[in-house]
Amino acid sequence: MSSPKTAAPEQLIIIGNGMVGHHLVEQLVDNGALERYQVTVFGEERHRAYDRVHLSEYFSGRDADSLALCEADYYTVSGVELRTGEAVIEIDRNAQEVVTDQGRYPYDRLVLATGSFPFVPPIPGNDRDGCLVYRTLDDLDAIQAAAENATTGVVVGGGLLGLEAANALRGLNLDTAVVEFASRLMPMQVDNEGGELLREKIEALGVQVLTERATQRIEDGEASRHRMVFQDDKVLETDLIVFSAGIRPRDQLARDCGLEIGERGGVVVDNQCLTNDPAILAIGEVALWNQSIFGLVAPGYQMAKTALSTLTEGDIQFGGADMSTKLKLLGVDVGSIGDAHGTQNPGARMFRYLDPIKQEYRKLVVSSDGKKLLGAMLVGDNGVYDTLLQYYSNGIELPAEPASLILPQSSGAAPTLGPGALPETATICSCHNVTKGDICATIDGGAVDLGGVKGATKASTGCGGCTALLKSVVDHELEARGVEVDKSICEHFAHTRQGLYDIVRVEGIKTFTDLIEKHGNADTHRLGCDICKPAVASILASCFNEPITDAAHIPLQDTNDTFMANMQKNGTYSVVPRVAGGEITPDKLIALGEVANKYSLYSKVTGGQRIDLFGARLEDLPDIWSELIAAGFETGHAYGKSLRTVKSCVGSTWCRYGVQDSVGMAIQLENRYKGLRSPHKIKFGVSGCTRECAEAQSKDIGIIATENGWNLYVCGNGGMRPRHAELFATDLDDEQLYRTIDRFLMFYVRTADRLQRTSVWRENLDGGLEYLKEVILEDSLGINDELERQMQTVVDTYQCEWADAISDPEKLKRFRSFVNDDRPDPSIIMTSERGQLRPA
Amino acid sequence: MTATALKKEMDTMAEQTTKTWQKVCTKADLVEFSGVAAWIETADGPAQVAIFYLPGLRQGKDHELYALDHFDPFSKANVIARGIVGDLKGAAVVASPIYKQHFRLEDGQCLEDESVKLRAWKIEFKGDEVWVEG
Repeated sequence: MSSPKTAAPEQLIIIGNGMVGHHLVEQLVDNGALERYQVTVFGEERHRAYDRVHLSEYFSGRDADSLALCEADYYTVSGVELRTGEAVIEIDRNAQEVVTDQGRYPYDRLVLATGSFPFVPPIPGNDRDGCLVYRTLDDLDAIQAAAENATTGVVVGGGLLGLEAANALRGLNLDTAVVEFASRLMPMQVDNEGGELLREKIEALGVQVLTERATQRIEDGEASRHRMVFQDDKVLETDLIVFSAGIRPRDQLARDCGLEIGERGGVVVDNQCLTNDPAILAIGEVALWNQSIFGLVAPGYQMAKTALSTLTEGDIQFGGADMSTKLKLLGVDVGSIGDAHGTQNPGARMFRYLDPIKQEYRKLVVSSDGKKLLGAMLVGDNGVYDTLLQYYSNGIELPAEPASLILPQSSGAAPTLGPGALPETATICSCHNVTKGDICATIDGGAVDLGGVKGATKASTGCGGCTALLKSVVDHELEARGVEVDKSICEHFAHTRQGLYDIVRVEGIKTFTDLIEKHGNADTHRLGCDICKPAVASILASCFNEPITDAAHIPLQDTNDTFMANMQKNGTYSVVPRVAGGEITPDKLIALGEVANKYSLYSKVTGGQRIDLFGARLEDLPDIWSELIAAGFETGHAYGKSLRTVKSCVGSTWCRYGVQDSVGMAIQLENRYKGLRSPHKIKFGVSGCTRECAEAQSKDIGIIATENGWNLYVCGNGGMRPRHAELFATDLDDEQLYRTIDRFLMFYVRTADRLQRTSVWRENLDGGLEYLKEVILEDSLGINDELERQMQTVVDTYQCEWADAISDPEKLKRFRSFVNDDRPDPSIIMTSERGQLRPA
Repeated sequence: MTATALKKEMDTMAEQTTKTWQKVCTKADLVEFSGVAAWIETADGPAQVAIFYLPGLRQGKDHELYALDHFDPFSKANVIARGIVGDLKGAAVVASPIYKQHFRLEDGQCLEDESVKLRAWKIEFKGDEVWVEG
């Protein structure tokens, strides 16, 4: 028997695989609409949907895959057909088919999510080689390629996208200029005073700003490839031009098939996102609703939700969207809320605050009775944005003196509107349209922490702008429900690792026994466990750097630290001597070979540019190390949660591209930080030029040589969850580099959770990279002297643990197969493979 | 009497008659709050034993000395003596250094898997000497 539901599914075609088109697919998948519709998505680009909001990060190391909005197999797994690289060339409304160069595809319902294209002003010469736009990953590739042989670049357009493009050109080391037709930068978002401040800040970054310039033509340059000629016959020469003068809806397909189009472009839609053909919907930047195009991702997502509702006979209507935005452009905060110019509300009153020294500008647009916030404008500091947005979007009555909201606070703290004061209807995450009420419901439904709320609501997983606000709401609501989140490290201590670290440092506690007696939980045996003991061992070592094999510390260590080697699956160990920077003399190579031969060790080169000798028996370790030390080796800490290796490329000593001595720097760094015990292992990489052969951007600390010194990247990772390191500081000299890394590492050691790599630590750090920069580069906590001193102590007290152990018969006692018998463990059996031994 | 029953009776007799206390090492061979391995000969053949020394822990049923099989049934390697000693929910335990399962020192019970239990050996000090029954 067949039911109506098993009738042939309706064909739904979505044209466009941008952020909004992808969001619609997610909505369809999550809401069971695939039972009814067979969905086919056409994407013109090669890549599946990616995050255009963070496009500029492509130049700071993120690739197409990390910008992608879903896993590579998302569409296949979900049962949606995604046809990338296949452009739709025609919509045949009579036949209800879309046409591509590969075929005709029938549809019952069709959604246009074609987005927009960058507007290129009709200037003679705008199609010359090296005149580009900034919109897609392919555009970015083209810009990058053109920048290789360029020294200067110009962005035409000083709006939001223009400034982002300017930042990208700067990132490619081009001398950059911005040319704007209007009298100020970001004319849509800021007024003249704000624009002037913005100009000052951006010029201070070395970006030339030219306003009130209309380009008349582009022709051959003399010193550079192009010459731009302006209305007053002034000229500007440049090698590369990026047009970013606004966007236009991509409505050609709709025009060609006779759908209703607005006067200035855009497919006209109603509150249900329907076009004048009820089989066809339009969403995102191609859709014109109530004479408006919405060029932000949040309204696009709302349209996608509306479209889902329309396709499934729901009753959600699109009712316009708030265009308030908070941005960081070229490192400068710019915020715009509601009627920021105060032009849409006759009788509105304005408050302005301008600090020319700190370069901050804030403006409030307030209703004539002084009770409601109608709009706001911020330049230089977005600290009060979240609070102002809540006043604005929830119609909360303003304080008696509205100016207090934008005046500097004597305490230095921004006047925040506490999460308790927000109504249930307050939107916390506008990308995913999550209200405070939704968050409360999730918590009442069983979510016990921030991660749970994020997973259930998707809040703060869009642009991420609401992260801090979300956390404060979640914390407040959990607290209000009497939830005390237990962050104890284990049953022996009611403290976090960070808490234990502070106790150890402040009270100068030097042994585990002391610590657990004074601060341990009374209702345990106070032996500790395999969670707290190694964690405390690491803390003690970071603070005092006593040998880990001392009698007081040895019972705390994992087996690898206890025997200073890495236990393998059959109970034997692997041995890795330090080979700083991967540089090794032939004599040392021979010595390694001789030791490996003598003790029948399997030999393998590691990813960290050293040599791992496997299959060492416990009782052989002291002899092996005596011989290695005699040959000039020292321990490599491959067994520890500590500095592992500093990988390097060969650098300027040999390489024709190298600009600095990367091997020399790698050796310096490895010798400086060797032996530092930390919450987890730490890996470094040093590359001698931007070709990055040492893969430094996949390391906790990555260093890339520049003409002027070193660029420092932090918090990268390879392994299971790869993460590109982020650029932290540029053009440091050697001394600055050491000092910055000293502070960074000690701050990590001090604040990270146990077994938390720098990448995860960074992702969990409130305030993110900006906060980290403030602490490390600007000393906002006033702790840098102390961090540097502490690191110097560790550096000064370094000793090779193996050299220490083999000179102490008491410590060697443990390296016996059996306390009462000299025989080796007979159950360890080896077999031969490819000329070496391996476990049988 | 069937062959199986006969063997069972002989085994029982062997256990009753041949288990003997033997000296293994001295207190100086032990590592406080940690383990060492020992080789012992028993009537059933040789055995590897992990010996743990927790000085000062002698209240109630807790002892200072414990002995378990050195063999880790999860990794099938002789490594138990090299695990971290601690206490969990009131019981002294050792964590396997390979896959981190916990075994109760008192009776060898694995806390993560009810069906796995290490043999627990009787052990005590005689003066400074360490004696195991096996």
